[in-house]
Amino acid sequence: MKTLKLTAAALVASAAFAGTAVARDQVQIAGSSTVLPYAKIVAETFGETFPNFKTPVVESGGSSGGLKEFCKGVGTDTIDIANASRQIRDKEVAACAEAGVTEIQEIRIGYDGIVFATDINGPDFVLEPADVYKALAAQIIVDGKLVDNPNMKWSDVDAKFPDWDIAAYIPGEKHGTREVFEEKVLAIGCEATGDLKAKMDSGMDEDAAEDSCIAVRKDGGAVDIDGDYTETLARIDANKTGVGVFGLAFYENNADKLKVATMSGVTPSTESIASGEYPVSRPLFFYVKKAHLGVIPGLQEYVEFFTSDQMIGPDSPLAEYGLVAAPEEEREEVRQNFVDGKML
Amino acid sequence: MTDTTASSAPGAVESPFKREIGIKRRYAAEKRFQAYGLIAISLGLIFLLLLLWSVVSKGYTAFEQTSINLPITFSQNIIDPKGDRSDTAILMANYPKLATDAIVKVLGINPDDKNAVREAGQMISASSRTQLRDMVLSDPDIIGKTVPVWVLATDKVDSALKGQVDLSVDESRRKISDQQVQWMREMTADGAMKMRFNTGLFTNGASSRAESAGVGVAIIGSLYMMLIVLVLALPIGVAASIYLEEFAPKNRWADIIEVNINNLAAVPSIVFGLLGLAVFINFAGLPRSASLVGGLVLTLMTLPTIIIATRAALKAVPPSIRSAALGLGASKTQMVFHHVLPLAAPGILTGTIIGLAQALGETAPLLLIGMVAFVVGYPASPLDPATALPVQIYMWANEAERAFVERTSGAIIILLAFLAVMNITAIILRRRFERRW
Repeated sequence: MKTLKLTAAALVASAAFAGTAVARDQVQIAGSSTVLPYAKIVAETFGETFPNFKTPVVESGGSSGGLKEFCKGVGTDTIDIANASRQIRDKEVAACAEAGVTEIQEIRIGYDGIVFATDINGPDFVLEPADVYKALAAQIIVDGKLVDNPNMKWSDVDAKFPDWDIAAYIPGEKHGTREVFEEKVLAIGCEATGDLKAKMDSGMDEDAAEDSCIAVRKDGGAVDIDGDYTETLARIDANKTGVGVFGLAFYENNADKLKVATMSGVTPSTESIASGEYPVSRPLFFYVKKAHLGVIPGLQEYVEFFTSDQMIGPDSPLAEYGLVAAPEEEREEVRQNFVDGKML
Repeated sequence: MTDTTASSAPGAVESPFKREIGIKRRYAAEKRFQAYGLIAISLGLIFLLLLLWSVVSKGYTAFEQTSINLPITFSQNIIDPKGDRSDTAILMANYPKLATDAIVKVLGINPDDKNAVREAGQMISASSRTQLRDMVLSDPDIIGKTVPVWVLATDKVDSALKGQVDLSVDESRRKISDQQVQWMREMTADGAMKMRFNTGLFTNGASSRAESAGVGVAIIGSLYMMLIVLVLALPIGVAASIYLEEFAPKNRWADIIEVNINNLAAVPSIVFGLLGLAVFINFAGLPRSASLVGGLVLTLMTLPTIIIATRAALKAVPPSIRSAALGLGASKTQMVFHHVLPLAAPGILTGTIIGLAQALGETAPLLLIGMVAFVVGYPASPLDPATALPVQIYMWANEAERAFVERTSGAIIILLAFLAVMNITAIILRRRFERRW
């Protein structure tokens, strides 16, 4: 009988919590797994530098997942910041507005490179976007005709490559990285080989031709990796003739196991990405709910701290981890825009 | 019976000793079956051993961490140049400089060689900032004194010392330079650097720096959730089963309820996560990432398991006990609470512990309610953000740094230890209190 009374008490207690939105004294962040390691470093350093604020909580869940949470509404039971490895889409802005989130500030934190890498003992890979397209596209033009990709070995693509079966581990479709891979490698390669034009000449309209350019072969030559780069690394470990797609930061942390391929003759590095020479890169963002500034303790300070040079400058912990710092003027502009309260 | 006697005609009786009744065949069949069983068990054992071996061989190193013993001079000039001992000065002081100065002295580097000073400083974990600050905060009189302090080395040095980084490759391909490797060897040789038991693994919260990352917050979060599950699921589950088993009329409704409970037990846990997000967070307005919500979701998930186990335990109590109690004039409630429930208790406890162990290892529903998160600070109550043990494993498994590989396996060992303790408790309880008829 005593237990029953206790149960009743517990139920009442838990019901009492319900319905009362609890005031929050901690910044809550969710979103991209690419931005996550950077956000974690900033959050941790923020907590150490400002002992009067609690360390922000950073969730992962992907760019889309984070923005979805972000657009749930305004109030302490919604998150304050969404991390994204791509720009917010119009659809998402509309969804936000519908839920009352009309004031969104965009912060660009820097750039991230996407690199191709093989096992450390493999030969040097000198890639062009056209090579990747010819090796990995679902359908290519051979002798004027559109055929299912006939290249089974890298040496079929070009004699400069080793006699390896084509096995590429590329990010799955839920990753923001996939979009960059499609736009900055496959689409460019498609154009460079003249396939885009040939595909349009063969009767496809422009959209269909572009879609066909970025369609990846499904016969086993390209393997979608839905997990993180650790999974890609494990695949390369198991298949020494595989080629993997990684983020620059991940590659730099595992450079004793991986050999990086050059793209269009440029070796990926923070310098070559910052200068724009290395073509496969993208900006990283986070989005702040303006209505929460001044309400959630530490939010304003967290954003200011994140955008300061001691975090995202060229000589900062984020740069050391692998973030490609934006040029000086751009960082200054980001800070100025935040101070001015510039919104989307 | 009469048929058989009638059909066996006299004279046709064969000696039962001579008749071919397939004894050899039957023995062979039995042997074969035993062999299949043995093969099945050994296969299971081999896979278990493989799993344990892969986890332990990768993870045992996580329980030791490389530290450097430095005679740190808490210089007044660096901590509090104005000498006013103000809070801001003490909080914001450049503590990493103290550690860098100390290591430069230990290694005998020329303080004007900026590059060498920077490289030496990079061997010390950035967690030294809070460590040294806390020392000054707890005892401001330490300023001006020189005290030997064990500070953590960075994960790069730690991985190199543990042989997890291939040092034969070119310097540019790894995160630790040749110079740092040489210093590391010097300091290890004279005892200034050594591996010490990694208490931080158990007490620290999440960290982006591998060397100071720990499962402390995750353990507390898991404990909160287990407590909530226990407090809610056990009474609700037991009450439901007692009613269904002892009081409810046996009709179509009872059958429908039974089917539904069995179904619920098999529903994928992610579904409970979605439910939790919709009901507890979006509707009831409970905070995200809080272990209270996690506990409530896991309660829903564990309830069917507890109900099924409790009903089985109640069914196992012989009807004679019930009849005897009723026959002596006990009411139905008295019969249940004085006789049936105490006898069923060991079975209920076992079922509860197994349900709890299941809940302890659950990640999927927590993803949706925001508990797959980077949480540094300890949760003071179940309403504060926290993570759980399996979530911490998942998050570490996705980290890029080499040092997180061993930590992932180390955290798996800790989780396995918790699970083993819970399951062993279940077995002991059953052995001690179970009654057989």
